[in-house]
Amino acid sequence: MSSSEIYDIIIIGGGVIGCSIARALCKYELKICLLEKEADIAMGTTKANSGVVHAGYAAERKFTKRNLCIRGNKLYSEAVKELNFPFKRMGSFVVAFKVEEIKLLEEIRKRGIEDGILDLELILEKQRIKRMEPNISDDIIGVLHAPSAGIVSPYEMTFALAQNAAMNSVKFFRSQEVIKIDHSDYIFTITTQRNEFKSLNVINCAGLYSAKISKMLGLDYFDITPRKGEYVLFDRNTIQLNKILFPTPTKISKGILVCPTFHGNAFAGPNAQNITDIEDTSTTTAGLKEVLEGAKKIVPNLPLRASIRNFAGLRAVPSTYDFIIDNTDIYGFINVAGILSPGLTSSYAIAEKVIDFLELLGVELKVKEDYNPYRPKPERFTDFSKKELDKKIKEDSSWGRIICRCETISEKEILNAIQGPIGATTIDGVKFRCRAGMGRCQSGFCRPRVMEILSREMKLPYQAITKKGDDTNILIAKTKDLLLKEIIKKEIQK
Amino acid sequence: MKTYNTDVTIIGGGAAGLAAAIEVNKGGKEVLILERGIELGGILMQCIHNGFGIKEFNKELTGPEYAQKFINEVNQLNIPYKLDTIVIEITLDKKIYAVNKIEGLIEINSKTIILAMGCRERTRGAINVPGFRPAGIFTAGQAQRFVNIEGYLPGKNIVILGSGDIGMIMARRLTWEGCNVKAVVEIQPYVSGLLRNEIQCLEDYGIPLITNYSLTKIHGKNRVKGVTISKVDRNFDRIIGSDQFIECDTLLLSVGLIPENELTRIAGAEISSMGGPIVDNNLETTLEGVFACGNVLQVHDLVDLVTAESKRAGRNAIEYINKRYKKKLKGIEKIHLSAGHNINYVKPDNICLGEILGEIIINFRVKNPDRRIQINIKDETNKTLYKKKKSYVIPSEMIELKINLNNMELNPKCNGLIVEVIPQLEPLIE
Amino acid sequence: MTECEDRGIIKTIRCIVCPTGCLVEVRKDIGGEISFQGYTCKRGLEYAQQEHFDPKRIITTTIRVEDGIHPLLPIRSDSPLLKEKLSYAFKIIAKTKVKAPIKMGDILIKGIADENVNIIASRDMIKKKVE
Ligand SMILES: Cc1cc2nc3c(=O)[nH]c(=O)nc-3n(C[C@H](O)[C@H](O)[C@H](O)COP(=O)(O)OP(=O)(O)OC[C@H]3O[C@@H](n4cnc5c(N)ncnc54)[C@H](O)[C@@H]3O)c2cc1C
Ligand SMILES: Cc1cc2nc3c(=O)[nH]c(=O)nc-3n(C[C@H](O)[C@H](O)[C@H](O)COP(=O)(O)OP(=O)(O)OC[C@H]3O[C@@H](n4cnc5c(N)ncnc54)[C@H](O)[C@@H]3O)c2cc1C
Ligand code: SF4
Repeated sequence: MSSSEIYDIIIIGGGVIGCSIARALCKYELKICLLEKEADIAMGTTKANSGVVHAGYAAERKFTKRNLCIRGNKLYSEAVKELNFPFKRMGSFVVAFKVEEIKLLEEIRKRGIEDGILDLELILEKQRIKRMEPNISDDIIGVLHAPSAGIVSPYEMTFALAQNAAMNSVKFFRSQEVIKIDHSDYIFTITTQRNEFKSLNVINCAGLYSAKISKMLGLDYFDITPRKGEYVLFDRNTIQLNKILFPTPTKISKGILVCPTFHGNAFAGPNAQNITDIEDTSTTTAGLKEVLEGAKKIVPNLPLRASIRNFAGLRAVPSTYDFIIDNTDIYGFINVAGILSPGLTSSYAIAEKVIDFLELLGVELKVKEDYNPYRPKPERFTDFSKKELDKKIKEDSSWGRIICRCETISEKEILNAIQGPIGATTIDGVKFRCRAGMGRCQSGFCRPRVMEILSREMKLPYQAITKKGDDTNILIAKTKDLLLKEIIKKEIQK
Repeated sequence: MKTYNTDVTIIGGGAAGLAAAIEVNKGGKEVLILERGIELGGILMQCIHNGFGIKEFNKELTGPEYAQKFINEVNQLNIPYKLDTIVIEITLDKKIYAVNKIEGLIEINSKTIILAMGCRERTRGAINVPGFRPAGIFTAGQAQRFVNIEGYLPGKNIVILGSGDIGMIMARRLTWEGCNVKAVVEIQPYVSGLLRNEIQCLEDYGIPLITNYSLTKIHGKNRVKGVTISKVDRNFDRIIGSDQFIECDTLLLSVGLIPENELTRIAGAEISSMGGPIVDNNLETTLEGVFACGNVLQVHDLVDLVTAESKRAGRNAIEYINKRYKKKLKGIEKIHLSAGHNINYVKPDNICLGEILGEIIINFRVKNPDRRIQINIKDETNKTLYKKKKSYVIPSEMIELKINLNNMELNPKCNGLIVEVIPQLEPLIE
Repeated sequence: MTECEDRGIIKTIRCIVCPTGCLVEVRKDIGGEISFQGYTCKRGLEYAQQEHFDPKRIITTTIRVEDGIHPLLPIRSDSPLLKEKLSYAFKIIAKTKVKAPIKMGDILIKGIADENVNIIASRDMIKKKVE
């Protein structure tokens, strides 16, 4: 790309925050691009969190995140209509085991209602609670019910946001790690390992790395520390949860929850572990134990034998403990940093706030004539009726080849994931877009087939296919290569 | 939508499906095999080592050779099969829905169904190994497929978790291809596979076998950089201070197989806690006219036993069609067979009385290895009806008993039998 | 001198013929005579003798194949090969390529590292259809 091209706005970071901002801005006549360091978007904190769209009662009133969360929750209703991502308002319970906890829940409820979460309800009839959620422990004495809480597939929502932004001509550049930012004459020059980009305005949404980005411009007024949260995921159909189940919160965290996912799995987690290494998404023996023990208190019949995966996500905890959404001292540079929980819930509200800032900065916000807010729902084999299925396969035979047997994902869905706007280029990219490899066999069956399709579509050799970008190749050589190499080495020595 | 009608539909064209199909065909019934792979043979096609067929052919064949013999026979008998065709649903009224690229959605109506879908491997998540989630982690069977069929090597410096036969065979296989297998790590105090494999796959090549150790961390954010293993105590809890780091670029998991019963569950058959469907001595599931055999029923270590079991399933399917089954008439009782001391599971789950029945085959696995044991079958009053001595038992060997209920003094009111493995009371005379 | 050497034991072999797994001791007396002890049955003695004097293994591996429906064809040796010759045999196999169609049992390499041991196909390999 030519370096003379000057963008109106460059967004750094392709997590849910960067993508929701990109999507909110794509309706205006602006030249926008987004830079993401990983081989795909949504691969940071956005892919490893609880996926709960919180009702908003949890944070203290002094924090901006409280209001943004309450507003953000409401904005989901419209967003899901336009973007068709997996989202369901199923309601949450905060459970109490002790009388003091009930008192606390009553407090929370009162303040929540005052702040606009009108449907919060304290339920003390055990029978009713059990009817609403039969899996809950017999030891509970009451729950705070928040009907507006929901579950979302965070990465699928982020892909939807990005795809819609791309449809409305936002450019996405992946594998572009920002390493330097200069500014002079109101123009920012952003250097990545591969290219140079110029822009009038820059929005920093780099998650865990947002302090580092801010410091590139000398703006050293906050720090981000990682706080790890570990999870255990269970197979589909092993436990049917009707509600998102939280313990009564403590000062430090919302606690370990037991929660269904949109696709019918259940998970337990997260714990909260302060760490120092910003890259350390490893799970630990102690952590997984803590998660399962915590979860079992709320749901004693957790299907422990049906765990299919464990993972960890890192909260980007800012020194202020609140979201940092600022028009900085450097004109045109906006920080959207330290977006810890409930960042996912707040994303639409955060994007609104960023638009306000841009207006203050004098960016002209003229709505495009051809703006299209809709992203069609990706077609799924399992959503079709038998008749439709037959027709679909006859129209395009790749619907008739099942690649992932656990989740019943056809070749066509994989092709769509690769060929669509901001298509997948890696195995993880395919997996997070269409769920191939997410099931109980964890890609044991489908991996060779997904690799074959990726290699065919991307015109890359099989061996060049990666799990998630550079240095993550799945295979190292062809069978016989090592032996042949040895032979050649010996011959040379002779 | 294309519709087919047949006597017997067999889901899965591996060792089990092939043997069952041949038996049904020889019994004069129409049969159709549905296989989702691009060729028949199932898992055998990637098990290129020898050690198959000792009981069935009195010869040591490789997996593909064993399969080829059956494939040839299927072809000679002109038994119809559909490849690249995956069954997606079995309805309560025994309709089967499958899809393939050419015909689209297919509906099959058949008088009976034989489930022969095989098994899948347990994964890292199932055993909850902590650490990073980089590239370079494979299940042993997946690696086997890459090396032997797709033609690619998963890595160069390899650690294998689990000393089952598949793990040990892969250790040798990768060594033969020029890889460096650094260790086979086993959580149990004993090797879980056969002695022969321990010697010919590990000892022959000086591959260290580390027992009583478990994997406690996977290192490397992008590609596996190494693993930490730790000694475990009797409860499999990590012993602090025993950590050991092994550098490697690849980790293979050989941590067990689970019968593949998603379809069975959808169809509404009851599944036992070990993962296979609940069957009676005719290998019939709790759905009338639906039979199960091979690894979908119970994980076998010997393909010869899969073949024998599947032939039985085939014969019983024919019997069923010929309506010689009387047990569906009301009032015929079943005896429940349950797992007693040191028994992990026992198959069948139920024995149908009334149509007795010469010999019944009982399969089970033990929980823990033991020597000089005695296998007992007892009734609910603790009366021993059958006993057999054996010099050793190991969890990795599926044990087969042939019993004859007619020779047992079975209490007519009996509705449960227990199988147990206990130390021998008297000295060993085998 | 260790105790074993003292007693003239030069090696122990674990018998794999049956799962009892007897430990057979191989001894060398002063005159150089080799003897075996510790086996329970004749099969064990035969096995130990074979393993000591002449250890052999069946080769089972793959060979590269052209025009087949798979890139590799599983193969085996039709009889056991001396253990020390295995690694040489694998290199020869690695260098060789065969062409589909092939039938199970077809001899692909005659006399590999030993004129009495041939490499044969372990399955049929049909030709890939060209589109
Ligand atoms: C354990 C846990 C549980 C949570 N649960 C919930 C919940 O239930 N509900 C809720 O609302 N919120 C929850 N959250 C919070 C939510 O996940 C985050 O607020 C949200 O994902 C933050 O998104 P982001 O886009 O800011 O960060 P990220 O997703 O991390 O995105 C930042 C992106 O910037 C990229 N980047 C970084 N540096 C550079 C660079 N130099 N150049 C280019 N790109 C760069 C990264 O690669 C990354 O893709 C949870 C968080 C955690 C950790
Ligand atoms: C790695 C490994 C090594 C082994 N080594 C030995 C050995 O050395 N000696 C020995 O005697 N035994 C060995 N065994 C055991 C023996 O080979 C197996 O138990 C036997 O082959 C299993 O046969 P099966 O037909 O039950 O299963 P499979 O061979 O797995 O066949 C099941 C078939 O069903 C198909 N299928 C599944 N679901 C569907 C669906 N929905 N629609 C259509 N088709 C479907 C699958 O594609 C597959 O082809 C080994 C097993 C394994 C896994
Ligand atoms: S010597 Fe005989 S009894 Fe002992 S292991 Fe060998 S075959 Fe078995």
